[in-house]
Amino acid sequence: MIEDIELETLINDVYEYYGFDFGSYSRASLKRRVSRVFALEGFKHFHDFLSKVRTDPEYYKRMIDEITVNVTEMFRDPSFYLTLRKEVLPLLGTKPFIRIWHAGCSTGEEVYSMAIMLKEEGLLHKSILYATDINASVLETAKSGIFPLRMIKDYADNYRDAGGQQDFSDYYIANYGFAKFNENLSEKMVFSQHNLVSDTSFNEFDLILCRNVLIYFDNNLQKRVVNLFDDSLAVLGFLALGTKETIKYSISQTKYKQFAKEKIWRKIKE
Amino acid sequence: MEENKRITNCRVVIIGGSAGSLQALLQILPFVENPISFAIVIVVHRKNSDEQTLEDLIALKSKIKVKEVEDKVKLQSGFIYIAPSNYHLLFEKNETLSLDTSEKINYSRPSIDVSFESAAEVYREHLIGILLSGSNSDGTAGLRAIQAAGGISVVQNPLSADMPFMPNNAILHTVPDFVLNIEEILEFIKEINRE
Ligand SMILES: C[S@@+](CC[C@H](N)C(=O)[O-])C[C@H]1O[C@@H](n2cnc3c(N)ncnc32)[C@H](O)[C@@H]1O
Repeated sequence: MIEDIELETLINDVYEYYGFDFGSYSRASLKRRVSRVFALEGFKHFHDFLSKVRTDPEYYKRMIDEITVNVTEMFRDPSFYLTLRKEVLPLLGTKPFIRIWHAGCSTGEEVYSMAIMLKEEGLLHKSILYATDINASVLETAKSGIFPLRMIKDYADNYRDAGGQQDFSDYYIANYGFAKFNENLSEKMVFSQHNLVSDTSFNEFDLILCRNVLIYFDNNLQKRVVNLFDDSLAVLGFLALGTKETIKYSISQTKYKQFAKEKIWRKIKE
Repeated sequence: MEENKRITNCRVVIIGGSAGSLQALLQILPFVENPISFAIVIVVHRKNSDEQTLEDLIALKSKIKVKEVEDKVKLQSGFIYIAPSNYHLLFEKNETLSLDTSEKINYSRPSIDVSFESAAEVYREHLIGILLSGSNSDGTAGLRAIQAAGGISVVQNPLSADMPFMPNNAILHTVPDFVLNIEEILEFIKEINRE
């Protein structure tokens, strides 16, 4: 493990040289991630690593990609998706347009899961899915809609547990160990880079999903981000977080009402 | 074994286990008297589908209250905390708990090594790590980290474990402070509570 002081130096240097502020990330996880990169690359001294980061922008980018945790799944936590399908989508379905934001979408599995549900509920044609992440390379994968075939069996199980009744294999074409998801699913997706630490609201949404992203932030940054979502959410819109995340440390509970048993909150007033 | 190694002002007892550890936990936790002067954190491998049952079972059987683990929950003495499945459980310097979905370690998430190492960084000599039954090598590196930071490592006697591999592995690769049977682990915890 690297030393605390080394981590703080890296955070300062990254801010000074590249303007990216890791200062409000949860230290326990960040320290493990940085230690891992440092060990993987076989540097002898931490200052060698630091000077590489400072002088080589390409290396810096790779390091950021390695530090962010991008692990994701389709229909992760099926009961969450079941609630979305059964209780949230019918309410959104009454609107002429449905605007959805996936903040911290990683490689896009969550976005394709949503598109499949919207399609099955007859809502995809009037929906738009904004999917953002800070990491540019995961967004490239997300755009391509190509995921490892070895995961598909688990995803098909999740899909079924989430209330899916179609033949899951109709949604992709399998080829050389990869599954390419159908283009009619991605037509309504817009991918772009967005940094939750420093970027502002860019639209008004009916549903915002930000799952397993806030866990990497400290309380202050969580507050900032939840308020950013609040600014970006229409009244009666929904905010969905990961199964172990909460808004209760971040925003007044009189404005939001928890929906069902899942980590879904409805904005009840402006 | 350094039988005379003592801990003063224990803040956290962290218990790791895998296959066969639930029985052990149920022979220990229900018999620890309330209140306790430290927090108990449990990190066990399990299937996602068992999610609620472990919490419910332990809450039902033990006199000590189980606090639900959500991200950034405060870690307080007097409560039991159970790592949720599918997340690594980490300790922050401000005494909150963080969750992390990064890659499995030792084929496991939560990984015992990850939580033990993280707890060791924060609680140092005020930490006791206990490794129970299991059939995987998780936990060994974590116990080493706990000792290196000045804490105490306890391993369930493999002869008393349903699955001896995990405690055996720890004994093979580290020098635990104590190797104890289940009843002795219970006594050990009661003893710390008296101090
Ligand atoms: C564990 S993934 C979550 C993926 C998906 N939402 C899920 O729950 O399966 C976390 C994502 O948050 C992104 N992230 C981290 N810091 C960010 C920031 N400051 N702004 C936007 N995204 C960020 C990471 O790049 C990563 O893709």
